[in-house]
Amino acid sequence: MIVATFLHDPDFIQVLYIIAFSLFIYGLSGLTGPKTAVRGNRIAAVGMGVALLGTFLIDGLGNWGLIILGLAIGTAVGIPAARQVKMTAMPQMVALFNGVGGGAVALVAWAEFRETGGWDLAPTYVPIFEVFAAIVGSVSFWGSNIAFGKLQEILPGRPITIGRAQSAVNLVLLAAAVACGIAIVAGSDGQLLMIGLLVFAAILGNFVVLPIGGADMPVVISLLNAFTGLSAAATGIALNNTALIVAGMIVGASGTILTNLMADAMNRSIPSIIAGGFGGVVTVGGGAADDGTEKSVRSTSAADAAIQMAYANRVVIVPGYGMAVAQAQHAVRELTKLLEAKGVEVAFAIHPVAGRMPGHMNVLLAEADVPYEQLKEMDDANGEFGRTDVSLVIGANDVTNPDARNKADSPIYGMPILNVDESASVIVLKRSMNSGFAGIDNPLFYNPKTAMLFGDAKGSVSEITEELKAL
Amino acid sequence: MLVTNLAILVLAGFVGYAVISKVPNTLHTPLMSGTNAIHGIVVLAGIVALGLGADGFLNKLLLVIAIAFGTINVVGGFLVTDRMLEMFKAKPAPPRPAADDAEGPRA
Repeated sequence: MIVATFLHDPDFIQVLYIIAFSLFIYGLSGLTGPKTAVRGNRIAAVGMGVALLGTFLIDGLGNWGLIILGLAIGTAVGIPAARQVKMTAMPQMVALFNGVGGGAVALVAWAEFRETGGWDLAPTYVPIFEVFAAIVGSVSFWGSNIAFGKLQEILPGRPITIGRAQSAVNLVLLAAAVACGIAIVAGSDGQLLMIGLLVFAAILGNFVVLPIGGADMPVVISLLNAFTGLSAAATGIALNNTALIVAGMIVGASGTILTNLMADAMNRSIPSIIAGGFGGVVTVGGGAADDGTEKSVRSTSAADAAIQMAYANRVVIVPGYGMAVAQAQHAVRELTKLLEAKGVEVAFAIHPVAGRMPGHMNVLLAEADVPYEQLKEMDDANGEFGRTDVSLVIGANDVTNPDARNKADSPIYGMPILNVDESASVIVLKRSMNSGFAGIDNPLFYNPKTAMLFGDAKGSVSEITEELKAL
Repeated sequence: MLVTNLAILVLAGFVGYAVISKVPNTLHTPLMSGTNAIHGIVVLAGIVALGLGADGFLNKLLLVIAIAFGTINVVGGFLVTDRMLEMFKAKPAPPRPAADDAEGPRA
């Protein structure tokens, strides 16, 4: 009896919450290195278990059947989804998981609104935070779904806009959602207000992400992640739940840091990315240079590429989204093993925004068992292109574009790039001469040092590997 | 209550900033999916709201969906992160034959 009283003591539950968020923080700090990261993630998962346990102990909790039903549905959907997703599809999976989190926030706010008659008896700050959570959660849910659709290629990756009016329409939508929110905070409990708020926020979420091009997805996903975190923290304040406040805020902070890092890596401001439309606007035809001279591209064969690399001292591989699309990471690993067996030093140079989410390339290469030490971040890699014989660019484009350094009127001018053109020679694996996601021509391809090997990245890499074996 | 919670909120923000800024680029995807799992903690809000009395079919339905969503977020997020991080672990190298193949055509 005493034990039971103790277990249901609100202070005891608070202590469990404190343990839970300590485990989150301790676990996340494990993510600073590959050796401690697995354990760190599991520690954070244990923290979640403790937080759930604390919640189950809340005195007078009922509706157990429905609670278990919800948990069971979520588990039944979540486990197979997480188990079966391919590593190349990771960005869209993360977008989807993020979206449902935001959706949960919005739904809780809606249900609370209905339950309490618009927070009739609560102090004013409660509806303020609930309204914030509802708007941000709803934007995050719909925005993430659109991001998922684009990454999964259900929707076209290119920007979809309604033209110049886009920003103005978005502002009106935001204002409308906030106006509904203000009316709710002011004490109205009209059901339509909350539905209106959610609908406006939903359209806003769609409109914000639809115009954003595929190459900007790393920024969008981390921004939406931050949004969901902040909305969870706001729910925590409204419900006076410490675990939610701390966990939500940590995610908000981390998402904000990541978003800034990604934006810096593209030398673009977050507002300009959100304003969207980047890519598709600039369309440069493939063949002719700006000064009117015909630019020529030298193409090569797998056999020549193999010989070139086999006799190199140092080869740097620059992977991009093309490698992910072609699922070429295992073939690439095979290739590097062969080169290493021939005494060639091989490294990978990874641009922070290569792929469709932060660190996307690293995950794929790790899946293919490429040693962690071989993966070089941009600054380290750039110091070493000078002593590199061959740079092998696999499905990367904009992150190698020298215009970012040289051409002040280029849309990507100022973006830090991998200086592959400093190496003695460059081999570019590419499907065709189409420009990258940013729609910008890449002078690297016309550089006399550069040879192009056209075709599917995986096919080309496998062909080179076969040729290497035959050497 | 509000002020205490705001203090916790601000401090958590700084802690998050301090911890996360140490994570190297290489681990950014797992970091994102790990923090993604953590914000699934909203499932607690759904459980509390439903458990402490939700009336009417629609309210119950909304909250069951919210709990299911939150659970997908938590369970899926942690599992996917675990899968990714397992790949970053240094492999003890029992699958030797692959390396031997690579040695083969050396002559």
